[in-house]
Amino acid sequence: MPYGPHTPADRARMLATIGIDSVDELFSDIPEGLRASPLDLPPPEPELELAARLEDLAGRNRVDLASFLGAGVYRHYSPAAIDQILLRGEWYTAYTPYQPEISQGTLQSIYEYESLMAELLGLDVVSASHYDGAAATAEAALMTCRATRRERVLVSRAVHRHYRETMATYFQGGGLDLEEIPLVAGGPAAGTTDLVALERLLADPSRPVAGVVAGQPNFLGLLEPMAEIGRLAHAAGALFVAVVEPVSLAVLAPPGAYGADIAAGEGQPLGIAPQYGGPYLGILASTDALVRQIPGRLVGMTSDVDGKRAFVMTMRAREQDIRREKAASNICTNQALLALAASVYLALIGPHGLRDVAALGASRAAELERALAEIGVGRLHPGPYLNEFVIRVPDAPTVHRRLLDRGVLAGLVLAEAEPDDPSLADGLLVCATEVTTTDEIARFTAGLSDLLGDRPAVEIPSGRGAGRSAPGVASGTPR
Amino acid sequence: MSVTGSRLQPTIFEKSSPGRGGGKIPHPPNDALDRIPADARRSVPPALPEMNEPEVVRHYVNLSQLNYAVDTGFYPLGSCTMKWNPKLNEWAARLPGFAGLHPLAPDAIAQGTLQLLFELEAALAEISGMEAVTLQPAAGAQGELTGILMIRAYHRAHGDLERTEVLVPDSSHGTNPATATMAGFTTVTVPSAADGGVDLDAFRAALGPRTAAVMITNPSTLGLFEARIGELLDAVHGAGALAYMDGANLNAILGRFKPGEAGFDVMHFNVHKTFSTPHGGGGPGAGPVGVGSKLVPFLPGPRVLRAEDGGYRLERPAERPTSIGRLRAFVGNTGVLVRAYAYIRAHGGSGLREVSDDAVLAANYLKVRLAGTFDEPYGDRACKHEFVASAASLKKATGVRTLDIAKRLIDYGYHPPTIYFPLTVEEGMLIEPTETEPIETLDAFADALIAIAGEARSHPELVLEAPHATPVRRLDEATAARQPNLRWRPMAGAETPCPD
Repeated sequence: MPYGPHTPADRARMLATIGIDSVDELFSDIPEGLRASPLDLPPPEPELELAARLEDLAGRNRVDLASFLGAGVYRHYSPAAIDQILLRGEWYTAYTPYQPEISQGTLQSIYEYESLMAELLGLDVVSASHYDGAAATAEAALMTCRATRRERVLVSRAVHRHYRETMATYFQGGGLDLEEIPLVAGGPAAGTTDLVALERLLADPSRPVAGVVAGQPNFLGLLEPMAEIGRLAHAAGALFVAVVEPVSLAVLAPPGAYGADIAAGEGQPLGIAPQYGGPYLGILASTDALVRQIPGRLVGMTSDVDGKRAFVMTMRAREQDIRREKAASNICTNQALLALAASVYLALIGPHGLRDVAALGASRAAELERALAEIGVGRLHPGPYLNEFVIRVPDAPTVHRRLLDRGVLAGLVLAEAEPDDPSLADGLLVCATEVTTTDEIARFTAGLSDLLGDRPAVEIPSGRGAGRSAPGVASGTPR
Repeated sequence: MSVTGSRLQPTIFEKSSPGRGGGKIPHPPNDALDRIPADARRSVPPALPEMNEPEVVRHYVNLSQLNYAVDTGFYPLGSCTMKWNPKLNEWAARLPGFAGLHPLAPDAIAQGTLQLLFELEAALAEISGMEAVTLQPAAGAQGELTGILMIRAYHRAHGDLERTEVLVPDSSHGTNPATATMAGFTTVTVPSAADGGVDLDAFRAALGPRTAAVMITNPSTLGLFEARIGELLDAVHGAGALAYMDGANLNAILGRFKPGEAGFDVMHFNVHKTFSTPHGGGGPGAGPVGVGSKLVPFLPGPRVLRAEDGGYRLERPAERPTSIGRLRAFVGNTGVLVRAYAYIRAHGGSGLREVSDDAVLAANYLKVRLAGTFDEPYGDRACKHEFVASAASLKKATGVRTLDIAKRLIDYGYHPPTIYFPLTVEEGMLIEPTETEPIETLDAFADALIAIAGEARSHPELVLEAPHATPVRRLDEATAARQPNLRWRPMAGAETPCPD
């Protein structure tokens, strides 16, 4: 066994102390008919060979592309100090701080995380973190039902599809209803939450609404009229849940400023690597009024018997290990190490640095929009955005695939991600951040321009994108 | 001498000095935000701390030294399996090819990770004897929710809408009943038998046409293998219900018992326990779920599939309409799963069996060493990877409680065991040494506990007031809960305005 300590002599001594001849005797209580068939797995692999195998697998992924893919997970610069701190064994090999006297590091770091997020969000209570943005949003929706004792939640269709699907899964058991608020189809507000439809959905007195969930920026990158959505929700006695992206909060109004009762979001942009889906950081926060409803761990400040300031997990009566079937949620762990990463990121980068990250992303995105416009590729929606938007590209799936051959990851193909929304069929959701370079933008527009044959995009017949493309691209080698 | 560092730190807010820091990110053009409507903009910048890099790094390094961790010492925290976290795995998860991959990257550029996930699913299926595995759940508790929602979907697919109850033994993890509630079921708690195992008669009496599922931890939270598991599974299936296995204690039975072969319909894995992924101060984890053939159609999506060209691909949206849906965004906690994969590969089948053998050997060794000192309510049976000891007699004789013993252990340089769990054992201590501790450590720990029991008789105040050598001592938890202070309130005006 690779990490085992026992010599044959150690084993013999332990067996003798126990008074048995073989370790098999310790398993004699497994009924004979239920004993396992042999484990059919590859043989043990020495570290040298395993390291080579892992490098080989990692090398089969392509992460060298000029990427314009965001859609809920964003490339950002992560200062070098973050990972060096995360690699300290005192952080990552500790467990839940059940013994506060020897866990003050983790406890204070969580308290600081809660405080940093509270500042960023403009809210009072921040949980010690949830699994990811989607799970946090689902928990937020459940919170609105518990707090209002109502059973119907409205979610904007412009909230990330994975989040809506996660909410639907979490709602399966409770007899709760989840309904989608449609988006404005055309005009200046196209692609944002339809306020008229929202008002209509809220108006049914026989089916009162517990919560209204909307995202800022929304999934399509557009800015939503959050204050107005919140006003409509509150007028109907519902709570308002804002789904937010934390970096944007350096420049966009925080949920607390526009009346959100609960905020949820994905903390990945705060220095956490994309790593194909996680682990990430589910942000969940609320006003003080909802503190007894918030699920997950909370750390508070207190003092010890000598009067020294100290930190401790608190209000534990909401949690599963105490309350069992009456708990606010079954959540047991939090994402402590990722909350730490986010805190270190914020501490290193500071308020001005965070604003620079957000503003530089907005600036790069505007540069991308201009460069695309020059080759005749325009946005699908006219409204304001921060750093992500939808462009219209005929036969987007094929174009997207061919751009991969040119080292460009041209965002998200909405025909595949949102197959049931025909208005997005030609859409690519693209984003830029502070790490996007002018050279990457040039590679994107050059490739796209070749594939579209240098003609205005609207004139390209769907399904054919030949033009004067490089050899091998026009033939469209499938990948 | 303290078992951790002792330098308490001011908060980062108190260390902040307006105007400090910077140098990480280029400045954007002045007009970068001009196109953002004024009413969508933030009016007051967040009062985040302003610090330079050396101060930030010192803050977090000094804080880290206030923690006890597997890397610093023995951590016999029952039910949590605080085993060694191999360093290769940390390196592997950080390889740019793994760490830099976007979760919505097209399959064509994600083949390495997809292959790893596919192979990991197959390995977990083999280990558990299950038909198929989903890697999506982010933690064990989310795995439980996944499993119970699949059971719900199974019954509904069979038109069986009357099954509203989930049965759990009274020694179960708190997550089990909490999960049942979240999934819309009523929990029925069944008392344990005198030997610590499931009470078959009580279960048979509770099972019926309303039973959707039974959730069993095996080995149980007392560290005991459920010897009557065959009869129980027969009874469960006879009643038309399905059997869920909480896999929290899988570290005891690798290569010895495959839940799927034995008849369980679904189980979750805690890869941060069995497969060595770091606990991270409370997370992240990952909670893959294995299922038998009955539940395969209901697995969450997307699954990792073999593509026609021999490569790997993700299931497309709506490709499998019977799925319960997704539990979170994207595929799963892939970074955690890379570590679990490396662990399984490093051990192979033979090594995993040795893991359990040595974990069980170490637990039984400690159990024998402590037998004369503490009550061992189930001491007549071999334990699995953990065992429960009780200070009930000691408390009666001396007034010293399990909590006090736990705190005194800290003075001796150890992380205490899990205490007062399971709730069914008076003054319980759940001790799990894991397979990676040498005999010298096990002996020294046993000696410490024996010495503390002696102190409880000779100098009880030493134990009652422990810990003595920690950076902070026992905390005022009551005030913390009654008047919660859950965030730092920076002084108004502490922030410097953003230079627009």
